[in-house]
Amino acid sequence: MNGPEIVFTALALVAGIAGILVVTTKNVVRAALYLVAALGSIAAIFMLLGAEFIGWTQVLIYVGAIVVLLLFGVMLTRAPIGSARTVDNQQRGVAFVVAASLFGVLTYLIWRGFGDKRIPLQQVVRTEDIGTSMFTNFVLPFEAISVLLLAALVGAIVLARRDK
Amino acid sequence: MNLALVLTLSALLFSVGVYGVLARRNAVLVLMSIELMLNAVNLNLVAFGAHFQDAMAVGQIFALFVIAIAAAEVGIGLAIVLLIFRNRETINVDEVDLLKW
Repeated sequence: MNGPEIVFTALALVAGIAGILVVTTKNVVRAALYLVAALGSIAAIFMLLGAEFIGWTQVLIYVGAIVVLLLFGVMLTRAPIGSARTVDNQQRGVAFVVAASLFGVLTYLIWRGFGDKRIPLQQVVRTEDIGTSMFTNFVLPFEAISVLLLAALVGAIVLARRDK
Repeated sequence: MNLALVLTLSALLFSVGVYGVLARRNAVLVLMSIELMLNAVNLNLVAFGAHFQDAMAVGQIFALFVIAIAAAEVGIGLAIVLLIFRNRETINVDEVDLLKW
């Protein structure tokens, strides 16, 4: 096991444990904070894989904006804070079976298909490369995404405002 | 670094997200689980992008698109959750049976 794999394993442990705590904790606010831990360590993994722009975008948008939005949602809906069994439904056993079998099948297929593939970590994709590629090869999807984002935010405002 | 290690972490996060979507009652917690699943997809895209070392950086650009769509999704989702709470005084997804019967 070399250096990057040790660092990755540590970050993956943090991300996995925090992710499991997100879906098992009884406290809604704590779930949001565990989500911050999981998303932050995934951002560090992105940087480890040479995707520094994605990593910082993850920190800005997920940790900075989406978690704050979710906390606003928790506050505005008076979610049950600190109460047991009101945050889960009766299907926990079935859900666990489905998730565990999905994980088993995926892991089997991954190690069977990609078990010997390596990621070369020498090359970092710079932000300049991403910008050049996005505005030469992917201009149309980029514009479509921006229009989609605008439409979604206008729709969110229209949905959430109170009618006079 | 082994590609399958990263893909296994991604599969774990996706399965955890599936469990959360199926087992949680609170709509905000369901949205959090969906964010976990979208992040697992991003991890896959970035890992394969780093594996293939393509000149166009396709993996990272599609990860950026997924992040943008996740932002739009959580905005709309929270607006709908607020509207349901305002009308029904609950955001438990098993009590919102408006379209069921």
